[in-house]
Amino acid sequence: MLYNYLLQLGDNALILGHRLGEWCGHAPELEIDMALTNIALDLTGQARSLYQHAAEIEGKGRTEDDIAYLRDAWEFKNVLLAEQPNGDFAHTIARQFFYDTFNFFLHRELVGSRDEWLAGFAAKSLKEITYHLRFSSEWVLRLGDGTDTSHEKMQAAVEELWMYTGELKIPSKTDQEMAANGVGPDLNLLKASFDEKVADVLQKANLQMPSTTWMQGGGKDGVHSEHLGFILADMQYLQRAYPGQEW
Amino acid sequence: MTELNFEKHFQDKVDAEIKIEPKDWMPDAYRKTLIRQISQHAHSEVVGMLPEGNWISRAPSLRRKLILLAKIQDEAGHGLYLYSAAETLGISREELVEQLLSGKAKYSSIFNYPTLTWADIGAIGWLVDGAAIMNQVMLTRASYGPYARAMVRICKEESFHQRQGYEIMLTLAKGSAAQQHMAQDALNRWWWPSLMMFGPKDDDSAHSQQSMKWKIKRKSNDELRQQFVDVTVQQAEVLGLAIPDPDLKWNEERGHYDFGEINWDEFWNVVKGNGPCNKQRLDARIKAHEDGAWVREAAMAYAEKKEQRKLMESAKAEAA
Ligand SMILES: [Fe+2]
Ligand SMILES: [Fe+2]
Repeated sequence: MLYNYLLQLGDNALILGHRLGEWCGHAPELEIDMALTNIALDLTGQARSLYQHAAEIEGKGRTEDDIAYLRDAWEFKNVLLAEQPNGDFAHTIARQFFYDTFNFFLHRELVGSRDEWLAGFAAKSLKEITYHLRFSSEWVLRLGDGTDTSHEKMQAAVEELWMYTGELKIPSKTDQEMAANGVGPDLNLLKASFDEKVADVLQKANLQMPSTTWMQGGGKDGVHSEHLGFILADMQYLQRAYPGQEW
Repeated sequence: MTELNFEKHFQDKVDAEIKIEPKDWMPDAYRKTLIRQISQHAHSEVVGMLPEGNWISRAPSLRRKLILLAKIQDEAGHGLYLYSAAETLGISREELVEQLLSGKAKYSSIFNYPTLTWADIGAIGWLVDGAAIMNQVMLTRASYGPYARAMVRICKEESFHQRQGYEIMLTLAKGSAAQQHMAQDALNRWWWPSLMMFGPKDDDSAHSQQSMKWKIKRKSNDELRQQFVDVTVQQAEVLGLAIPDPDLKWNEERGHYDFGEINWDEFWNVVKGNGPCNKQRLDARIKAHEDGAWVREAAMAYAEKKEQRKLMESAKAEAA
């Protein structure tokens, strides 16, 4: 149902935004710090809109913050990619590039959603995501085609994170339902665009396509990596320690 | 013109409120003072990102998280404007950053205190940004054009930060007993360091007088500090929080609040590097800089390659 779909989209944005926020104050240079924070702001803002709308259609009087702060790990539907640690800057860029590429094609389809709210949301978000994709793919080029060191690090990051890209393109039950109702796209149809874009950028960056074929999954069904528990412990601490307060 | 004439012409311009611009002649000491002050200010913006960044992952609502991220991003932007303003005086950002990381350059000591609870994020916005505004509003009229103009942009955002911080305090002060405790505890810890932000007493301030003559500064440390106390005491009353100073009381005759003696030993001790977080703050900046070196090198190498490819292509096009 639509509620779950909004949460799936929102959880990706929230968790990845959370990870990017961890860079704030620690990035390789001030300009990069500001750009990463910008993406964190966009993603957290997207999560907020999605949760607000989800709470509204659920109609049980919950708020955006109840959804973000009062669910446990198994109720989160984000892909495993989003919760992977920042690692070095190359890992952050690889994670971002894979996510942005998928997200770009997804939102391009969602603009034509039969659900009016979602279509409007996607149109607005697509502008942000287009910028994110430009940022991350430009950095894949810089690092892949920069120095020997950066090339090595970028190649290693792409190899390591590749196994988390399968899940993006494999439809969950919710994805299937949404596709059947014309609310969301058929993810199988996005696969080709995703693969093509990734291959193109990696080739321009002098990087090899990763050789891994095994793909991890489970996030969309609430089965996460060990990282998510720590993210939630951190993120939800105040809401859990002092329940029911205004902040 | 002789050196003396240059100097007189310069001071006449300053006195006539004509801005000094990068290409204008200026006394060496004026240039040095500005570089020291502007870079110190830039470093403060950047180091100041750390204590607040400490709470991004734990911000208690999505709205607060967005506001905090945006605020810290603003501070990074302030750092950038100020480094650019300093660069107009003939020093590079790399050199300035090097001075920070080697410990040669200072930054505002306030950021050497820890953020222990969420209320500290409120207290920083309210008190630290509030104190910064007092100083920065004055600096929008500084005699050096690029510095004054950077301050105009910065001030608008700082007053936003101050209001947002105050709003956090207000929410906590109206909240549960635990939240009220957090708010009071944060005020207790941040009050005195905020007063110290204005620097030593006028009698002990090494650079003040000359800076006033050059119209870099227009109010003394003590004047600004008094102005801050007068405004802030009333705001604390609205919050229902107690300022941790038994000597604080309204002085009808002066038309100002009297306040207690600042612990100057603590002030100098933190300046010397012995504050609770001096080491952590500098270590964090050094780590970010060192970990980021390969990224900056890659970006430069890539830009050069791209430039060369362009040249090759246009050469080929010409040959054909
Ligand atoms: Fe600032
Ligand atoms: Fe500020």
